[in-house]
Amino acid sequence: MSVTDEELAEQREAGNRLGAPSRLRVVAGRFFGSFQGRAGFALLALMFLLAFAGPFLGRWSYTDRDFTAFLAPPSADHWWGTLQTGADVYAVTLRGMRRSLVVGLLAAVVGTTLAAVVGAFAGYFAGWTDRALTWATDLLLVLPAFLILAVMSPLFASGQWPLFVLVLALFLWMVTSKIVRGVTISLREREFVHAARFMGVRPTTIIFRHILPNMSSLLVVDATLNVSAAILTETSLSYFGFGIQPPDVSLGSLIADGTRTALYAPWTFWFCAGLLVVTVLAVNMVGDSLRDAFDPASGRGRR
Amino acid sequence: MAGFLFRRLLNYLALIAVATSLAYALAATALNPRANYEGRNPPIPPAVVDARLAELNLDDRTPLPERYLRWASGVVRGDFGRTVTGGSVNQDLGRRIGVTLRLITAGLLLGSVTGVLVGAYAAVRQYGPFDRLATGVSFAVLAVPTVVLANILIIAAVWFNYLVGAHVFLVSGEATPGMPGGFAAQAADRLRHLVLPTLSLSLGLAAVYSRYQRNMMLDVLGADFVRTAMAKGLRRRTALVRHALRTALIPAVTYFAFTFGALLVGTTFTEKIFGWHGMGEQLVNSISANDVNTVAAISCFAALAVLAAALASDLMQAVLDPRVRMGADR
Repeated sequence: MSVTDEELAEQREAGNRLGAPSRLRVVAGRFFGSFQGRAGFALLALMFLLAFAGPFLGRWSYTDRDFTAFLAPPSADHWWGTLQTGADVYAVTLRGMRRSLVVGLLAAVVGTTLAAVVGAFAGYFAGWTDRALTWATDLLLVLPAFLILAVMSPLFASGQWPLFVLVLALFLWMVTSKIVRGVTISLREREFVHAARFMGVRPTTIIFRHILPNMSSLLVVDATLNVSAAILTETSLSYFGFGIQPPDVSLGSLIADGTRTALYAPWTFWFCAGLLVVTVLAVNMVGDSLRDAFDPASGRGRR
Repeated sequence: MAGFLFRRLLNYLALIAVATSLAYALAATALNPRANYEGRNPPIPPAVVDARLAELNLDDRTPLPERYLRWASGVVRGDFGRTVTGGSVNQDLGRRIGVTLRLITAGLLLGSVTGVLVGAYAAVRQYGPFDRLATGVSFAVLAVPTVVLANILIIAAVWFNYLVGAHVFLVSGEATPGMPGGFAAQAADRLRHLVLPTLSLSLGLAAVYSRYQRNMMLDVLGADFVRTAMAKGLRRRTALVRHALRTALIPAVTYFAFTFGALLVGTTFTEKIFGWHGMGEQLVNSISANDVNTVAAISCFAALAVLAAALASDLMQAVLDPRVRMGADR
């Protein structure tokens, strides 16, 4: 070990002993200290594991058709039964869940980023920038999102799902952006922002280095809750055939198919519907616990 | 105050105009009404199709600005054009608004009242067994999307009907067509149709409202004026209901206006799954039928509903909240 390394280690130890514990550690401690946080995190991790590692365990791929078993109940061969087409429910459901999870996560991240940037610019620059951005936000709030997404659905055919993610995100950010704008307006008058401005730091740098990091907790919580909103919108659109297009599958299109046979073949409906509910529940629990963990005034984290 | 209101109204009108125009342009570009006439047997001569499309202002060979101007001049006079089948969009949607209103009124009232009561009681007994139960149930309900909830309700109802051996719950439509009997029998028939859609609407709403109301109530319970009310000798129950609940209701009421506006076009899933021929169902159908004029009219109606709800919630807040009311006079 060289001298500098030794010094560094010493300093770090001193920091740990004397200074306040890092924010990340405090938040993580509170998050995992609550039952809800632990349960939500475990469930979500399980869902991801199932969606991404599960398909390797099964014998069938989601494109396979078993022509000896149509609408067969769960058995050793087909763990969750088969659909009317002979497709293996286990393989198809996991494939759909993977698609729904990826779409939901990406749309939420893109949507929250958009909200942060638009809201912060509107709040920081005020004047005409603010008026124009606020007006655009109001316009998107007024447009019926479901209708626009459905009208645009032919564009998402033939594997264009990244485009679907972008359009989905376009309708997720408005309310958050209004909150971000409000927070930015109050942050703008704080001393550290004034100091940066008087030192000649460029406005965009101030926004990305001083304003947005100061509302990271708000943004993290919002992104988490957006994941469940995006998953729900995606499944609803796909339910009517407006979202993910065949041959690709999502939980929404599977549920739409499953409802037709649900009465006499329950396995075609309950597995995909159940997994969807558990996923959304887990995301909501994680989001709620994160909010409590970030909030210094909340006593719920240490119950 | 009047000037402020006037400017806000003007801004709303501009928003509606731009939103509707955008929706029209998007629908006219993305949808293809010509496809409705393709693949018919016997095939329709192209000249007939062209003439029909031109008559309905849906011809994709006419430049978009020209079609837009013809459509917009009609809208300014209050005429939203004609559907792909040739009927009047105004009449069709006018009928459907009635259906949607009959569907959402009961669901919205039941959902919001249940939610507010549950949330308020849960807040008073914070961390008690009822609070924990209400939190758990509302979390579970919020995780169930409407499409799944509605289908689960249908499955449960069919199973229940089978167990009882009679059609107690009817899962499709608003009323049985050609139902014999007097007013009582008709009303009973309508009620049996209404139970399931109302449940599927109100469960989700009640979950949202209860979470919302619980937070509001918790904020108010710690406030000075509630303590003062109890300190001057009011019974706990009176203080809670008359002072705390009333104040905590203000956000719920404004939220109620927003929900109402959103639901006018937003009950797509409930209407489609339970076979009610309302606005939300037409939203999905018009896109499948390449019905450009109906899509634009529904967007206009949705924009109008959202902004009317925003205005109504502002006004209600002014009426209910003494601070806003006093501030407005200054």
